[in-house]
Amino acid sequence: MKATFKVYRFTPETDREPHYDTYTINAEPNERILDCLNKIRWQQDPTLSFRMSCAHGICGSDGLTINSQSALACQKLVKDYDYTKEILVEPLRYFCVVKDLIVDLKPFFERIKSITPQTPLSQVTVEPEKERIQTPEERSRFDDALKCILCACCYGACPVMTEQDEGFVGPAAVLREQRYIYDSRTTDAKERLEILKKPHGVWACKSYYMCTLVCPKNIKVTEAILRTKNKIITEQPKQDATGES
Amino acid sequence: MIHEYDVVVIGGGIAGLYTALTASENAKVAVISKVHVTRSHSVAAQGGIAASLGNEEEDHWEWHMYDTVKGSDFLADQHAVEVLAQEAPNAIYTLEHMGVPFSRNAQGKIEQRRFGGHTRNFGEAPIKRACYASDRTGRAIMDTLYDRCLQKGVVFHNEVFIQHLLFALNSCCGAAGYDLATTEPQVFHAKAVVLATGGCGKIYKTTSNGFASTGDGFALALDALLSLEDMEFVQFHPTGIYGLGILISEAARAEGGVLRNGLGERFMERYAPTLKDLAPRDIVSRAVLNEIGEGKGVEGKDYVYLDLRELGRERLNQKLPEITSLIKTYLGIDPSETQVPVAPTCHYMMGGIPTDAEGHVLADKSGTVLPGLYAAGECACVSVHGANRLGCNSLIDLVVFGRRTGLSIFNEIKARLVHPLPVQAESLVLDKINSLLESHGTERTAGLREALQCLMTEECSVFRNGKTLEDALGQVHQLKKRLLNVGLTNKSRVFNYELQEALELGNMLRVAEVIVYSALQRQESRGAHFRSDYPQRNDEEWLKHTFVNETPTGLKETYKPVAAGRFAPEKRRY
Repeated sequence: MKATFKVYRFTPETDREPHYDTYTINAEPNERILDCLNKIRWQQDPTLSFRMSCAHGICGSDGLTINSQSALACQKLVKDYDYTKEILVEPLRYFCVVKDLIVDLKPFFERIKSITPQTPLSQVTVEPEKERIQTPEERSRFDDALKCILCACCYGACPVMTEQDEGFVGPAAVLREQRYIYDSRTTDAKERLEILKKPHGVWACKSYYMCTLVCPKNIKVTEAILRTKNKIITEQPKQDATGES
Repeated sequence: MIHEYDVVVIGGGIAGLYTALTASENAKVAVISKVHVTRSHSVAAQGGIAASLGNEEEDHWEWHMYDTVKGSDFLADQHAVEVLAQEAPNAIYTLEHMGVPFSRNAQGKIEQRRFGGHTRNFGEAPIKRACYASDRTGRAIMDTLYDRCLQKGVVFHNEVFIQHLLFALNSCCGAAGYDLATTEPQVFHAKAVVLATGGCGKIYKTTSNGFASTGDGFALALDALLSLEDMEFVQFHPTGIYGLGILISEAARAEGGVLRNGLGERFMERYAPTLKDLAPRDIVSRAVLNEIGEGKGVEGKDYVYLDLRELGRERLNQKLPEITSLIKTYLGIDPSETQVPVAPTCHYMMGGIPTDAEGHVLADKSGTVLPGLYAAGECACVSVHGANRLGCNSLIDLVVFGRRTGLSIFNEIKARLVHPLPVQAESLVLDKINSLLESHGTERTAGLREALQCLMTEECSVFRNGKTLEDALGQVHQLKKRLLNVGLTNKSRVFNYELQEALELGNMLRVAEVIVYSALQRQESRGAHFRSDYPQRNDEEWLKHTFVNETPTGLKETYKPVAAGRFAPEKRRY
């Protein structure tokens, strides 16, 4: 069968404005959108640029906006969309476009770094003798957050980031912090909560649930953010709970 | 642009990050990656990481060592395997203390499960030795190491593709490549350079590997006139999703899944009566293809079934959630109700850049250390995996030898001199890129790559013979010639993947040639290397490592005896 893709194009060296190119290829309903993009690139137009790596939804390289919603191109199949019409492929929203479907992810990885406490670690050259004990119940408290693959799909979908607070630390960053805060072994949980209390931190989230809706790993992102807010409220002295003391 | 560091690590998977983290104790360290570091293919490791913790049942490192040596078909160097098995438990405890979220048993200890080829008391029965974090073990370790590297101030250079190692006075003093975003040359000047570039599964049509696994580090080593060791040993994982090659971890069989042929028979009982479906991968992959060859594939086709129905929905969701969702996404079936079509998929390179157990790259088979250059992970060959790697032994290899490599650098870096950069470092890269961008050649990368992938799959995969290998060698030479006439449509200098893929294909072809050549020389069957014209293992003539390097007149091979140890070669029965 044939499938048609309308693809966002922008080459900074030659284009002032982005435009769309339309490609029709042979595709099967069970093929990945990534397979289709590769067919376009390898068979029709080698100038098209997009990122990819593992091609099965674990590395997080190919987050795109497909038919107006954030998704991984390798995890969505042609049949997931109405392929009797054009399938619209655009870069992730929120980020600056560098070329075609490639966005500048520096703001994303800088935020992941910004939520990491900069306290010096103990020497990793010294080996411990035994593991620490953690019950399966304790381990399950942060299991959902471990599924995150840092694909940034949630950033492209978050109305707070795209419309209200450009500086919001973002769903994936809060989720990663939540993973440590809820881990019974974490020794710097307090410091991590402090980081999230800062302006553009966890309180910037307005619970639109768009991150949860688009998350390729089906993580309950909004719920994790709400649990983190709850932890701040219940564990901190009242006056500075929202970071506005 | 020239960057100055004490240490540069090329490749940001688990081996690279662990080396970087350890070396960063007393040095300024950068990790250079062709992708964003968090996309490295270590994240795709699913089932587990081997260590004789004994959390579920009695276990000893000597048992782990025996299994690894036997799994390697006695080609592994036993002093290195001893290090691996002995240091594995502490490596796991260290990971745990860094924050790796291992799954836990009822006592709150790290939970362990069975895995292929791992046994109790020297082969008696399967043993629970694989530590794991659900079926996302690689991801869990990567994420933790990444966060720890951030805390240690390790610098990441993402999306930089290294083209050359730089040498001065016979010592490695840096690396040069280009920024994918701008095509600007990037030169890294350092006292120590680490290769941690992973494997090259993409030279095959069907692989569990990501697009980035194109053997770049192997090619960098060949460029530096180094030998590659034991490259004929290519692992095919028996259970890739049919047609796609996406990995379904051995953990699926460890948790109770079984393989069935088209007649519904549990055929592994006939090939490995004791371990059955949990036999080592070389044996299971050959068994699968043997069934298919006898017309016992499903509906006579080239796949068999992985039957996970016994596990039930709850256990699948609890123990194998990632795999369950992969099967649902790509096949549209529920594995608790429907059997999964699988076939062998190219998975791992046992061979690689020769190193000692401290991560030093060896300049020759007599063990001369090349100053300033280190290697760890899949791209290195210590050799702990010999002719066939056991499941779960790659993650522990990355951690144990990543750490040892980092410690070597930690101990040696202060005494190392700063060697001057070669003056032409930037222009080396620019010339290579410009000649491709300006070429009017008529060949296209995509077509040549597909030809290589088909060739390797048809003539140099699980079963091989002299005739087809000779043909394959000739065809690889032809493809190399045709690549000289490659032209690019895409002239952009911003994220030009046509350019990147042409450079990658150059690396893939060089590595493929070494694999085919090494396979052609080895006239015996051992581990993953099965010659239908020499179906027996021949310890008298071939208990030795292959070393192959490029010379002006073509590839040349030499051999190095296997380092013997406490386990003498025996017939491999499971």
